[in-house]
Amino acid sequence: MSDRSDVIFVYDGSFDGIMCCIFYCYYEKTMPSDIRPSDEEQLMLGAYIDIITDCEKAERVRSAIKTKLGEDFLKIVQRLSLSFEEDRELLILKFVILGFKYGRRVLSRLADNTVNRVMKVESYVAKEAHLSLEFLRFSDYGGVLVAVIEPKNTVLPLIADHFADRLRPERFMIFDKNHKMAVIHEPGRTEIIYIDSLDLPRASEEERKFRALWRSFYNIIGIKERYNPRCRMNHCPKRYWGNMTEFNDDEDNYSDKPSLSEGVLLSDDVISSADMLSESSISSESSTEV
Amino acid sequence: MELIEKLEILGDSAKYDAACTSSGVDRRGRNDGGIGNSYACGICHSFAADGRCISLLKVLMTNSCIYNCKYCINRTDNDIPRARFTPEELADITINFYRRNYIEGLFLSSAVIRNPDYTCEQMIECLALLRNKYRFNGYIHAKAIPGADSELISRLGMYADRISVNIELPSQQSLERLAPDKSRSSIFLPMGHITAKIQQNSTEIVKYRHADKFAPAGQSTQMIIGATEDTDYQIIRLSEALYNKYSLKRVFFSAYVPVGDSRVLPDENTPPPLLREHRLYQADWLLRFYGYRADELLDEKHQSFDPLLDPKCNWAVNHPELFPVEINKAPYETLLRVPGIGVKSANRICTARREAKLRFEDLKKLGVVVKRAQYFITCMGRQQQGLIITEAAVMRQLMSASTVRKLDGMQSMEQLSFFDEKSAAPTLEDYRKCLTGQM
Repeated sequence: MSDRSDVIFVYDGSFDGIMCCIFYCYYEKTMPSDIRPSDEEQLMLGAYIDIITDCEKAERVRSAIKTKLGEDFLKIVQRLSLSFEEDRELLILKFVILGFKYGRRVLSRLADNTVNRVMKVESYVAKEAHLSLEFLRFSDYGGVLVAVIEPKNTVLPLIADHFADRLRPERFMIFDKNHKMAVIHEPGRTEIIYIDSLDLPRASEEERKFRALWRSFYNIIGIKERYNPRCRMNHCPKRYWGNMTEFNDDEDNYSDKPSLSEGVLLSDDVISSADMLSESSISSESSTEV
Repeated sequence: MELIEKLEILGDSAKYDAACTSSGVDRRGRNDGGIGNSYACGICHSFAADGRCISLLKVLMTNSCIYNCKYCINRTDNDIPRARFTPEELADITINFYRRNYIEGLFLSSAVIRNPDYTCEQMIECLALLRNKYRFNGYIHAKAIPGADSELISRLGMYADRISVNIELPSQQSLERLAPDKSRSSIFLPMGHITAKIQQNSTEIVKYRHADKFAPAGQSTQMIIGATEDTDYQIIRLSEALYNKYSLKRVFFSAYVPVGDSRVLPDENTPPPLLREHRLYQADWLLRFYGYRADELLDEKHQSFDPLLDPKCNWAVNHPELFPVEINKAPYETLLRVPGIGVKSANRICTARREAKLRFEDLKKLGVVVKRAQYFITCMGRQQQGLIITEAAVMRQLMSASTVRKLDGMQSMEQLSFFDEKSAAPTLEDYRKCLTGQM
């Protein structure tokens, strides 16, 4: 394979597009220095090659991965494609090349730099998907549940099933503001659509009542003698707070103006003792490696 | 009384209970018009200002209590506002919180109103509403009321995913002194009953595939730490026995926050023993996932955990004859005993070494905390290059960052030169004195 490190592949941004980049790389024996989606401004110097997405070629690559490297390998590749990392496409290409070289056992080569990075990027995507299951909040607008999220990675395809299963008889929408897409669900039907923006009506009295109940429960449940803001932030990073009911006063578009209410009082001596003991994170759900 | 006021009173009274996990059962949603499913790994939904996870709506049915347990905020002679949910009110809040993804389900406990049987019936009524009327398929954790009829506990367990009986205090003597209305047998009797029921039920399920499951996520308990003289050794021996004898899924520890009768308990200015609670949880993890026995961690002569070192480091430091171990050969169980290697990284080592020999620079990629592990391992027969093994250097690496910060703070305050190479290296004893304030 000629390693023309100045060649940059440009593709349409889709998963099939990435598959076609892999196809091109193998059949034209050209290793790119980078792979960029076409909607990006192209500032780098070098030779650009437009990769045209062809479903048939994409399918050939996909099924080769599936039969030679297995379902798990393909799943990892799919999750990588949802990552927000700049080099995700190139990482996928390198990973697939390594896969065809070593076979299924490539997944055990955890100390290899490419495989190691693949695992880290993949677990970051999976982790953010899990945090979205935790911190996403619905509001009821006349019987339709609506949630707004702002994840770094494209997590919607990974969380849609969870909510579709859990809230089967409900109608709901989860809007990903960063990626301008949404999952919509009604009984028996769930799909992902692309939308630019979402204007929400004012919340009803009933909705405000439950928000207020939740907020007061949240504030009361913390034990002030154990105040530990660092531990809270480790488990629940501040960038999620803007869309969480308990951290916002009741004004409707709260994702725009996070007010970050602290919940429990801040006194200096409580903070210093909590600081000293910050290792005693006591989330009963998370595992402690000792 | 306004609903919001009730929720505040009954949440406030429930908050000292440590358990808030929604784990242990996998269940898909159903097509019966109800909502809910459940994941074995558990899902936290928020984190309170104290850093503890909020997974379930944790409340009491009522906080009016006929008992006068001295450690408890809800004791009869404590002057606090009292409230009581109706089963309908609580079911309605639970469903509405659940739909909005605030919670994974309900954690229902109660103070004892009128008598244990009546209290238990009230709880059953609420759970029955949730399960039958609302077809709620999410997670429910119910607290068994000591002294309630075993038939009622059985019914409670048919609605709940997890059921727990609080052991409250680690020993008979402490219980007699502080909870005169509860006897050890009133706690262990329902616990034994629940264990038997879970076992009986699991054999029944083999026979009838559609039998309802009794507490499918198992049984847990909690005890209060620091309200009594009971030692760490007694506590972890008790936890070990609970895991082995009663097949408990979890034992929770709750650092005592002074809300009790200060004539017989630590006064209101006593900070909750958070470090001690943390050490106990670390030890608990070692019992459940690392294959340690309680008497390996502590014994008659050593009744308390070291404030400076976690129990695993402490064990390793006291067993130099077993180290170093070879990363490329040691069995999984041995790797688990190396400080800095956890369950995940031990698994990764076992996987990765099948493909290629591992070097020191690979270990970080696998998630090993090399600064700790380096003293206890070799890679391809060699120790880490340039490794300085003095007691002071080793201790510094093994202690947690916050402990080191604290010691350094003392050092600069008191002008002690711990790490001055000319003076004799400080011993473990020096560190301990430093932290406990004897120096």
